Amino acid sequence: MSKSLFQKVWEAHTVRTLAGGQTQLIIGTHLIHEVTSPQAFGMLRDLGLKVLMPHRTFATVDHIVPTDQFNEPYADPLADAMIKELRRNCREFGITFFDRATGRQGIVHLVGPEQGITQPGTTIACGDSHTSTHGAFGAIAFGIGTTQIRDVLATQSMAIGRLKVRRINVTGRLQPGVYAKDVILHLIRRLGVNGGTGYAYEYGGEVFDRFSMEERMTVCNMSIEGGARVGYVNPDATTFAYLKGRPYTPAGAEWEAAVARWRAMASDPGCAYDDAVDFRGEDIPPTVTWGINPGQGIAINETIPDPAKVTAADEKASIEEALAYMKLTPGAPIKGTRIDVAFLGSCTNGRLSDFQEVAKYLPGRRVAPGVKAIAVPGSQGVGLLCASLGIDRVFRDAGFEWRDAGCSMCLAMNPDKLIGDQLCASSSNRNFKGRQGSPTGRTILMSPLMVAAAAVTGQVTDAREVFGMSNAST
Amino acid sequence: MSLEKITTVAGRGVYVPGNDIDTDRIIPARFMKCVTFDGLGEFLFHDVRKNPDGSDQPHPLNDPRFKGATILLSGANFGCGSSREHAPQAIQKHGFRAIIAESFAEIFFGNCIALGIPCLGASRAEIRNLAAAIEGRPSLEITIDVDRGKVRFAGQTVKGALRESAREALIKGRWDAIGDLLEGVEGVKNVAAGCPIWQFDLCAGRESDKKMNPFAAPGVYPRNLLP
Repeated sequence: MSKSLFQKVWEAHTVRTLAGGQTQLIIGTHLIHEVTSPQAFGMLRDLGLKVLMPHRTFATVDHIVPTDQFNEPYADPLADAMIKELRRNCREFGITFFDRATGRQGIVHLVGPEQGITQPGTTIACGDSHTSTHGAFGAIAFGIGTTQIRDVLATQSMAIGRLKVRRINVTGRLQPGVYAKDVILHLIRRLGVNGGTGYAYEYGGEVFDRFSMEERMTVCNMSIEGGARVGYVNPDATTFAYLKGRPYTPAGAEWEAAVARWRAMASDPGCAYDDAVDFRGEDIPPTVTWGINPGQGIAINETIPDPAKVTAADEKASIEEALAYMKLTPGAPIKGTRIDVAFLGSCTNGRLSDFQEVAKYLPGRRVAPGVKAIAVPGSQGVGLLCASLGIDRVFRDAGFEWRDAGCSMCLAMNPDKLIGDQLCASSSNRNFKGRQGSPTGRTILMSPLMVAAAAVTGQVTDAREVFGMSNAST
Repeated sequence: MSLEKITTVAGRGVYVPGNDIDTDRIIPARFMKCVTFDGLGEFLFHDVRKNPDGSDQPHPLNDPRFKGATILLSGANFGCGSSREHAPQAIQKHGFRAIIAESFAEIFFGNCIALGIPCLGASRAEIRNLAAAIEGRPSLEITIDVDRGKVRFAGQTVKGALRESAREALIKGRWDAIGDLLEGVEGVKNVAAGCPIWQFDLCAGRESDKKMNPFAAPGVYPRNLLP
């Protein structure tokens, strides 16, 4: 019988069915960071439990690290206490910690893939909703809470109900100037911010076949913004080429055997899905958000929704609430909206290819007067690669601040924050109220190149026009 | 592990209207700079309850009529976004014992059940009806029968939706899964030993990791991966 990857992985990792009907599922790889793990270690101590398989948990520090201060103690004593607590926990329980001094630190969702820890056909858990990122490799990766982190530490397993699987096909080709970020913003706009509740999303079709691993990661990363706890792409030659030679991937004779095993985990042709939806790549425009959740998106050439033209009471109320917060005018073009800050980074778009793509277009440009623009590599590895390619210089020359690796302004648990009601063109994943650190701060989500276009013009704009790309008519 | 069997929750309610209320709004990220969950209750919904100068904004949780409420009512997709358990922890530490909403985000729902917070789904009309009853009489006693999935108030009964696994866990006092999971540890070891996909992952990496001592030098990155 043909099976989906989800089904194969689920079956291979099932220990037993628990009394209430949930599955005790083995977690092959556990990733932790400083924000959601300290309480879990506290619970272990309270219960007198040990970490069952310490070599299967990996730690890094990302949310609270200042991106402009390397040496400790950090200016923020709370942040300083958190990094030291993680260090203490890793030492006490024998967990590998990619600390800042290792050169391998970064946002947890970049570190796993870079180190080759993220592998196809495995189960992965991390106390972070963007754990869905790792699904790009054909892993089933769950964001979990702190109590579940404790469960995984103590038992290398967790209790979870089985998800349904929705196949999302994106056929054809993307137009020039349309990126993976636009694909996922478009999908969430169409399927809804809670359309994926209860589902794992399997992404496929020609657009995904052609995507690089980094592009696949961008899409899988934001699955949770569409309500899907899990998103994945079947492993293929692109996946294996990315993984080969990484520190934690098999080598030598084991490599070929691993590839054969991984390949066999991919969904079988003709397998059944609980649901399937199709999109045409050609129909996907550069997309930006106008509201306070990632599903509130429009094409760059569309106008901001007008609640007066909406009859459904619910939708009307949510548009009104969003526009009141965003201080945007109903019915006006989103193009031309003035920005204060441009942020390029995060686990969604803080990878090498994101900076490389922007660096193609930045030479000769300057960040517009009055705009604060920061570029933050998602990991020290990305930072190093950018430096070796001279990309950091391109950004600095254009007037961007170039920072050290971390989550930075995506969620502002560090000094990078919006002030007052500043409006930020952001390559991150959430435009929730207050997300970027100011209770009245405003976020417009977009692709990295659109962030660059906003940075150099001082307003939300069409990157295809600003940078003279073809097909700018759509 | 013996846990409380959560069969009924009774108390007063408060309605926080809105759909897609995310966990950043429930507990803003800056309050997560902590290594315990203590004291989070005070910051529940902080940025929509307080002005920057610390004064109160109009918000149901600031309304003295609803002080002491233990049942929280809201709209659709409650608890979406970040997986932070700080959100249900803040809700619980603020004094809430149960949530009734149109629907819940997946991770949030699981986090709540693991803390013994029943999350019941109900239709919009039913929630608005209950909210109106609370507005009319804030001291209204609401009883949630977790076992039967019923909400009772002022002589009315509303059918609430609760996933069977969650209902079972709450009423049997098994909502903290650690006891069950520990019982299955031998099974974990057996399945892990026989799981083909596990024969390859990480093992080879452990060797190369030794060669690449992570504490040796800053800026280590595999040379063959440089473009």
